[in-house]
Amino acid sequence: MFNSILIANRGEIACRVIRTARRMGLRCIAVYSDADAYAPHVKMADEAYHIGPAPARESYLDAEKILAVAKLAKAEAIHPGYGFLSENAEFAKQCEAAGIIFVGPPASAITAMGSKSNAKQLMEKANVPLIPGYHGTDQSTEAFTTAAKKIGFPVLLKAAAGGGGKGMRVVNNAKEMESALAAAKREGLSSFGDDYILLEKYLEKPRHVEIQVFSDKHNNHLYLYERDCSIQRRHQKIIEEAPAPGMTDSLRRAMGEAAVACAKAIGYVGAGTIEFLLDEDGHFYFMEMNTRLQVEHPVTEMITGLDLVEWQLRVAAGEAMPLTQEQIPLHGHAIEVRIYAEDPMHDFLPSIGTIHYLQQPLAQNWLRVDTGIETGSQISQYYDPMIAKLIVWGETRSQAILRLIQALAHYRVCGVQTNLALLARIACNPDYQVANLFTHFISHHHDQLFSTADQANDDLIVAAAIWHTLHHQNQLKQYANQYHQENSPWFIGKAWRMNMPAEQTLTFNVNNTIDTVNLIETPDGYKAKLNNQEFDVSIMQHTEHHLRISINQIQHDYTIVAEANHLTVFNQLRNLTVSLAQDKWETEDGDASGGHLRAPMPGTVTAILVKPEQNVKRGEALVIIEAMKMEHTINAPTDGIVREICYDVGDSVDEGSELVVVE
Amino acid sequence: MSELHTGLNPRSKEFQDNAAAMQVIVDDLKQAIAVVAQGGGEKARQRHLNHGKLLPRTRVEKLLDPDTPFLELSQLAAHDVYDEAVAGAGIIAGIGMVSGRQCMIVANDPTVKGGTYYPLTVKKHLRAQEIAEKNNLPCIYLVDSGGAYLPLQDEVFPDRDHFGRIFYNQARMSALGIPQIAVVMGSCTAGGAYVPAMADESIMVKEQATIFLGGPPLVKAATGEIVSAEDLGGADVHCRISGVADYYAQDDAHALAIARRCIANLNRPHNHLLELKNVRPPRMNPEEMYGIIPRDSRKPFDIREIIGRIVDGSEFDEFKPLYGNTLICGFAHLYGYPVGIIANNGILFSESAQKGAHFIELCGQRNIPLIFLQNITGFMVGSKHEHAGIAKHGAKMVTAVSCVNVPKLTVIVGGSFGAGNYGMCGRAFDPNFLWMWPNARISVMGGEQAASVLAQVTRDKKQKAGETWTIEDEEEMKAPIRQQYEEQGHPYYSSARLWDDGVIDPKDTRLILGLGLAAALNAPIKPTKFGVFRM
Repeated sequence: MFNSILIANRGEIACRVIRTARRMGLRCIAVYSDADAYAPHVKMADEAYHIGPAPARESYLDAEKILAVAKLAKAEAIHPGYGFLSENAEFAKQCEAAGIIFVGPPASAITAMGSKSNAKQLMEKANVPLIPGYHGTDQSTEAFTTAAKKIGFPVLLKAAAGGGGKGMRVVNNAKEMESALAAAKREGLSSFGDDYILLEKYLEKPRHVEIQVFSDKHNNHLYLYERDCSIQRRHQKIIEEAPAPGMTDSLRRAMGEAAVACAKAIGYVGAGTIEFLLDEDGHFYFMEMNTRLQVEHPVTEMITGLDLVEWQLRVAAGEAMPLTQEQIPLHGHAIEVRIYAEDPMHDFLPSIGTIHYLQQPLAQNWLRVDTGIETGSQISQYYDPMIAKLIVWGETRSQAILRLIQALAHYRVCGVQTNLALLARIACNPDYQVANLFTHFISHHHDQLFSTADQANDDLIVAAAIWHTLHHQNQLKQYANQYHQENSPWFIGKAWRMNMPAEQTLTFNVNNTIDTVNLIETPDGYKAKLNNQEFDVSIMQHTEHHLRISINQIQHDYTIVAEANHLTVFNQLRNLTVSLAQDKWETEDGDASGGHLRAPMPGTVTAILVKPEQNVKRGEALVIIEAMKMEHTINAPTDGIVREICYDVGDSVDEGSELVVVE
Repeated sequence: MSELHTGLNPRSKEFQDNAAAMQVIVDDLKQAIAVVAQGGGEKARQRHLNHGKLLPRTRVEKLLDPDTPFLELSQLAAHDVYDEAVAGAGIIAGIGMVSGRQCMIVANDPTVKGGTYYPLTVKKHLRAQEIAEKNNLPCIYLVDSGGAYLPLQDEVFPDRDHFGRIFYNQARMSALGIPQIAVVMGSCTAGGAYVPAMADESIMVKEQATIFLGGPPLVKAATGEIVSAEDLGGADVHCRISGVADYYAQDDAHALAIARRCIANLNRPHNHLLELKNVRPPRMNPEEMYGIIPRDSRKPFDIREIIGRIVDGSEFDEFKPLYGNTLICGFAHLYGYPVGIIANNGILFSESAQKGAHFIELCGQRNIPLIFLQNITGFMVGSKHEHAGIAKHGAKMVTAVSCVNVPKLTVIVGGSFGAGNYGMCGRAFDPNFLWMWPNARISVMGGEQAASVLAQVTRDKKQKAGETWTIEDEEEMKAPIRQQYEEQGHPYYSSARLWDDGVIDPKDTRLILGLGLAAALNAPIKPTKFGVFRM
């Protein structure tokens, strides 16, 4: 076994690898970019080396720099995590050349699986079932149309070099082919620098079931069972589970053996995943092989009780795998959800900002939280906006789901938008609960999962009002001291009125509508009025982030987080962010901000659509910025004249930067 | 300190009947105030809201620090005085916390007769300024007024305490270092234009506020110039061109936020020189306040029952308890502030008047604020007492009350009749605040006494003329006199004419006194120099 390891990654996976490596007694060496100087993975490591600016291509993707650090730190091995350099054959080769162990497969295996069309040809030879398709070099519309007709519509076009849903198009009929092909080529070219396109049969209701394989350097190959990763958004997994519901022993064996055949065919070493599409009739088709540790590996660990990172390290050190196929345990059911900083209601637009409050459920032997962030961490535009992975285990799938719902109710984040509510809705969805899974689950259940029908949030608004009032009363006591008026009844914290009810009005902006809460003091609390409803509130307990009140004789617990004039209220699976509408003018003057357009998030200016002194109409597009690989158009707020354009195309802008002045 | 204990039995019929009677009176008060709070009525309010303006009470609410009290003054001003209802005399005045400082807020109510100044509007505005000056409170004027009420110009414009006094007060207060902030939220015409113009800082709401000496009609008549109100004196004119105003607000809420910032930037350290104790609520239950006062106002009650429900811990160290005990004097704490309490427990005799004068001297010497609880029918009469010099003893107390410079707060909890009103720091003696309970009565003497006195004079006249005067005749004469005294002695009648600063719920007495006292302590306590005491 080697004694030291460099983790060429960041975030939760770096933390994950360090945890195991540390337990094994290895010296852990972290690398970090400017953006990660204070990141948990840096603090967890024994040593941490700065490798460059925030953009990944100048830091985590810079193989030369990382190798230089490895040499400097005398690292004996490099764990690449997932993403970044993990499937970079060149990097694996360079490691080898430098005498450093690359914790992963040989470069040749990476290369073999790197191109989807090559991979499929290899698999065909190894008798791994392939989805019917066209992998030909004739990239003309005619060739694709002919192939599609042979297989039968609908078909799927994908960029050969692609992944992550980029460059994919569903084609329903021959008429759509030309434009879909052009679009797929364009995206392939822009995303991967390659416009080589594949075509395959499009399955109507497929499941994504993948097999975890493991191989050592002694030509042993095992499969560690399957994972169902059918719940995806924008072709990216967000919920994974193991074992796959409804899996039979024979199908598991068939898929496992196909996967092992696949690993053997390329002389694989280490942890790998063979992704299959599984149709309703139990046919499975090879999709691709990921030659690295998967994001969702913890569900396999939960049902097998194994530590895959430990296995990776041992295999990399040349040890043989400790178990045989028959010895691999399979116990219970595990589910992982990926908690992302994104806004599901706006096409999963990444949500970047500072995590100013983070409360995670306590780890148990049946509950695991893999995360690389902490309170104060930034979700930046530079990296994947995943906040954490929440993994639960249960004796049965239904127990795991109950635990998942419970855990989600105790996972609380403020500062960015998250997909927590969506995850909870999926977990509560009857189809999900009976395991009616398929890769289009989210779009199929779109109406229910993205319903904006008013959930009953009134108590959350009332709780916000009560908390704000109590909090303010405490502040008043501090002011009283500051003003040397400790005794003064002016600071008693009551909105007493002469001969009139002591009624306070709090105006909240809730999802862009104004809600008004009237609070009337009662002997043991308040009578709150909201939307023509009355709430008799007694206050049981009140601390900085916690409020326990009884509303109409029923006790409720709320977690409340204040940031500037925003209050986020959590109760069970619900949460709501409200802002105090009345505070708007405390800190701003309309004159100063009017006409000045600011960047909604950090990004890069990609287009400027107007010229100085140009007349513009309200709503007219002025500037486009790209952030998190998404385009944002800045529109004119009113009719006016463009007075100034503050940036050029290509400039990067910070959140809140003034982009254009319109008068 | 010694603790007071109640002699009342809240379960007795007597107590419960008293409480029920007081409840009726308090309910009537709250009902009357609820009407006042509606300002000029639904139509006028709606019209105001349709202009995108905030209602005057909403403006005050938004100006105030959240979760803090508002000590509103003279809510019943002009109540039943004029032929038409003029709610609150068309102006809202009171002390409230703005950016952590107690301020005097004066807000025109444009829903009431266009916010014009009736004679009592002027009186209420001036009283608010008087309180501000005496207690060193920054003034915030929320201006939205049509100016003087022209039909009554003779009662509004020319005299010393008429409209012009508002500006005189502004200038004098500014000179005393009492900040004057004007927020112009509507029209502010002619004389009214001086409110913002004379303010230390002024704020205008765009496309809503106007300031000019003469409005467009007057300008056209005078010079032929045709100009819109906005172009003549809108916020853009005054904030950008004339400099009459300092801050440009987008709307009412913005204007109020700017006013809050103005106050936050004042630099007014608060420093009083009182020895403070921790605040403790009374041990005697303030909820029982209603059961104390007998329904029959002639029946006596122990004023200590009220004191014990006002002061901290119900603790009261009585001064000279064995002497002149129709006047209760003693030391207590209110919200931790030391106070001297002077309260009636019967009519004033020579001894009680001398004791009162002595106690006032003590408090003056020690800078201890004074609280007067009035329930007084007057000084004792009769030859024995005149011979004993009750006039000069009463004069000592009146001299002491007049000259002592500590904060003085008066609450009339029962009767306030005759010279007793003087000795107990009635309105003429400039207490910092004077409030009435809704059961209280105020007049030169009681209605029954007045009727009897007048009947006696008439009977003497008739007898001299040899005419007969039956008991029925006498009763016929007395009834309207009693009626007149009852009407004019009523606290609403008093409050309507600004003889007091408001009619209060007895249960709120402790809080109101505390707020008033804390507000009064914004002004340093000046040393006292007494006049000549007739010995």
